[in-house]
Amino acid sequence: MSQGSPPGAGLRVGLFVTCLVDLMRPSVGFAAVKLLEDAGCKVVVPAQTCCGQPAYNSGDRADAKAIARQTMRAFAGCDYIVAPSGSCGGMLAKHYPELFADEPDASREAVAFAAKCREIVSFLTDTLGVERVKARYEGVATYHDSCSGLRELGIRAQPRKLLESVDGLRLVELEDSDVCCGFGGTFAVKYGELSGAIVAKKTDRIAATGADTLLAGDLGCLMNMAGKLSREGRQIRVRHVIEVLAGMTDDPPIGEGAAK
Amino acid sequence: MSVALTTPRFKDNVHEALHDARLQRAMNTAGNFVPRRAAAIERLPEFEALRDSARDIKNHTLAHLDLYLEAYEQRVTQAGGKVHYARDSEEARAIFLDLCKARGAKRVTKGKSMISEEIGLNHALEAAGIEAIETDLGEYIIQLRNEGPSHIIAPAIHVTRDDIEADFRKAHLHLPRDRDLSQPETLLSEAREILRQKFLSADIGVTGANFLIAETGASVIVTNEGNGDLTQILPKVHVVIASLEKITPTLDDVAQLLRVLARSATGQDMSVYTTLSTGPRRAGDPDGPEEYHVILLDNGRSSMLAGEFSDMLRCIRCGACMNHCPVYQAVGGHAYGWVYPGPMGAVLTPSLIGVKDGGQLPNASTFCGRCESVCPMKIPLPKMMRHWREREFERHLEPTPVRYGLGLWAFFATRPALYRFATNVATRAMALIGGGRGRFAWAPLAGGWTRYRDLPAPQGGTFQARWRAKSGAVN
Amino acid sequence: MSARDEIFAGLRRSLHVTGEEAPRRAAVADRLARAPSGVIPARGKGGVATFKDEAARASATLTQVASPAEIPGEIARYLREHNLPATLRIGADPRLASLPWAETALELGHGPSDGHDLNAASVAFAAIAETGTLALASGADNPTTLNFLPDNHIVVLFNADVVGDMESVFSRLRATYGKSQAPRTLNFITGPSRSADIEQTLLFGAHGPRRLHIVLVG
Repeated sequence: MSQGSPPGAGLRVGLFVTCLVDLMRPSVGFAAVKLLEDAGCKVVVPAQTCCGQPAYNSGDRADAKAIARQTMRAFAGCDYIVAPSGSCGGMLAKHYPELFADEPDASREAVAFAAKCREIVSFLTDTLGVERVKARYEGVATYHDSCSGLRELGIRAQPRKLLESVDGLRLVELEDSDVCCGFGGTFAVKYGELSGAIVAKKTDRIAATGADTLLAGDLGCLMNMAGKLSREGRQIRVRHVIEVLAGMTDDPPIGEGAAK
Repeated sequence: MSVALTTPRFKDNVHEALHDARLQRAMNTAGNFVPRRAAAIERLPEFEALRDSARDIKNHTLAHLDLYLEAYEQRVTQAGGKVHYARDSEEARAIFLDLCKARGAKRVTKGKSMISEEIGLNHALEAAGIEAIETDLGEYIIQLRNEGPSHIIAPAIHVTRDDIEADFRKAHLHLPRDRDLSQPETLLSEAREILRQKFLSADIGVTGANFLIAETGASVIVTNEGNGDLTQILPKVHVVIASLEKITPTLDDVAQLLRVLARSATGQDMSVYTTLSTGPRRAGDPDGPEEYHVILLDNGRSSMLAGEFSDMLRCIRCGACMNHCPVYQAVGGHAYGWVYPGPMGAVLTPSLIGVKDGGQLPNASTFCGRCESVCPMKIPLPKMMRHWREREFERHLEPTPVRYGLGLWAFFATRPALYRFATNVATRAMALIGGGRGRFAWAPLAGGWTRYRDLPAPQGGTFQARWRAKSGAVN
Repeated sequence: MSARDEIFAGLRRSLHVTGEEAPRRAAVADRLARAPSGVIPARGKGGVATFKDEAARASATLTQVASPAEIPGEIARYLREHNLPATLRIGADPRLASLPWAETALELGHGPSDGHDLNAASVAFAAIAETGTLALASGADNPTTLNFLPDNHIVVLFNADVVGDMESVFSRLRATYGKSQAPRTLNFITGPSRSADIEQTLLFGAHGPRRLHIVLVG
């Protein structure tokens, strides 16, 4: 990347902001925009709702298909579709083709669409070749590998590599970082007690690292872990990894009030 | 033991398991399988290629199962054995009881067999006045406790050493009361002594099979203790009880499957004993059984072969999926309420007992995908759990609040303009209420969440609204 | 309809076949006849050296002797070293029968075990370098009970019988006994008997031998 023009120059990138970021934490969306624009991409945000995963995972194929069709239409004309989530990214990139496997025409469209979909950290590193970011964060951070990003999209080394380039940040490894935090979308509500027990194991591991900050790439998992950490009275800041990578950490961490 | 069905009460089982301090202590020591498996695979660069090979072998076999079954039956018969067919559990039990009665059998030793659990063989034998003795140490322990297995390869993983000592003292009343049973070693020697006498005096030995080989008619068992071998070589009659999908074409195919089995199960390269048995003892053989029978169980598997759950028939029962499952690790195997726990159980159980009773299991998954990532047979377990959810959804078996909540959400998600308006208003309102502390300790419709953790509050306003405000809605 | 017929009909219904399709029958006959090999790990190419390493990993012990005549002495030494009585049960294998046992103080028993022997010796049919596994074939020469009932199992392994992988054992089996005519029992043994059923604690001698000692000849 030593040439003059940034790696994403000329690329029209549609930001699939994800419904959780849209509703709960818009600052993650703006961090995504900053990272993409820093890489030279032209960012567009078509009107959108959700990727359809809640319906898909609840067995409601018809609604999942309707939402998927709508999403594919909304992002027509983008070179890439990028999401700040491995879970939604996995839905777009891996499950849309599966969803339409029984409809040849729609299937072709879904396969072509899926080929353009990326999770943001993997897009920056694997697709654009970004190797470092310009950001500063004072703290000791640990990183949880969210399941879909890790196992469906192969995201593991990429965020760690970029985090290494953040000034002031020291990264410590989390034991069992590849074990689920117990979120699982509607699972967390339908099987609240079970989900609560799984996340309690996770927060024990997090506390054992001694880190003051927990990072991950999926807002659902982050809200789950942040909610448990605060319920347990543990003073650990929880942020989406791209807030740190974009150097946009002015907003309070997840689950903490502005008053703090 | 045959297992009382409590799968429909899965949530209650989970609650009990999470509040069972002894169980939680036992489950804490159960985590060793994961690093052992990882170390074994690290040492074998061909492991991924072997997974593909193993999957392909099973897929080929399943696609030709009728023909390999014919070949297998022919070989067993040529070797002097007899193949019996059982459509369901009842038929399998009846065949076995007939074999016992015709030979006046009073005592049956058993190697570890999940199929025998599936058909509830022990209860049937007990009812017929026949002593059935589990000889795998873990199975022996849970038999004394009158429990079912909680793990398919480590059946007593939920039991602590203290529990075992108490069980042995209660069961082995003929031994001195002041004997020292404080060490695992002393517990093991006591079980060895007691079971040795049972092995030597049994009338019939019954084992399961990891594989049935069409090329030679051999049944294959894989154990670490050697109990399966003593079960099948000492009594006059050896009976194998296995399900149809254990058929494997050739010896070489079995060699492929064995390479992924033990590594995935216990992290060993090979289990200690892998034994191929073909028919009864031959002329000139100084030991081995005089009769050899195979009871082949269908129990719905021939139907599973058509349709979306056929991949499940590749399962070789290694247990890697449950060893790596956050749900299983939290609650143990008994919470699943029937014979097969963990992700493989969540897919298989509804097939065997029906989705009405078993439907909770495929729902109780975070879809973290770790099971599929470690499955040596590359079975897409989460995908099949999703298939079960689709079937439930189609049949409206989902509880009303879940359907209602999902329906409401889908209504908005398919209407972008309405979604944008409603979410912007709602998030602003929520931020106003919860924004000060940054989280909610309780929220309407989210009791399942907030009872166990806080719900972080939204920052206020949606990203899309802010983006449009900022960029003048140019795109 | 018999259970057998119904099960076959069910399988064929699910597979949408009659069972008479020539290409399917040919595919099955071909696989059974050829028994194609799959992925064979390179590790087995290490031969005897790899076998020794892998057997040790599986907690077997091994001593190498130069010639068959040294076998009785080595077995006697092994039993002495472990404070075991000088008794030994063996089968009718001529490779053992012809040895100079009289030069040792070993008291020999012959034939299968009734469960009351402390020590037994067998000759391996073959051994697998890849995993340190012994292969033992049943019969009067080496009764299967000797592999499981005694506390201490000593296995004599001739150097030339060490092969790379399990597939090679099967090739030898077919060559020795004829296609599809394997002995009644073929035992693959990798280390001594063990159990981890008590709180995942690894313990040796669960039901089978507590010790597995290999005497490698040549």
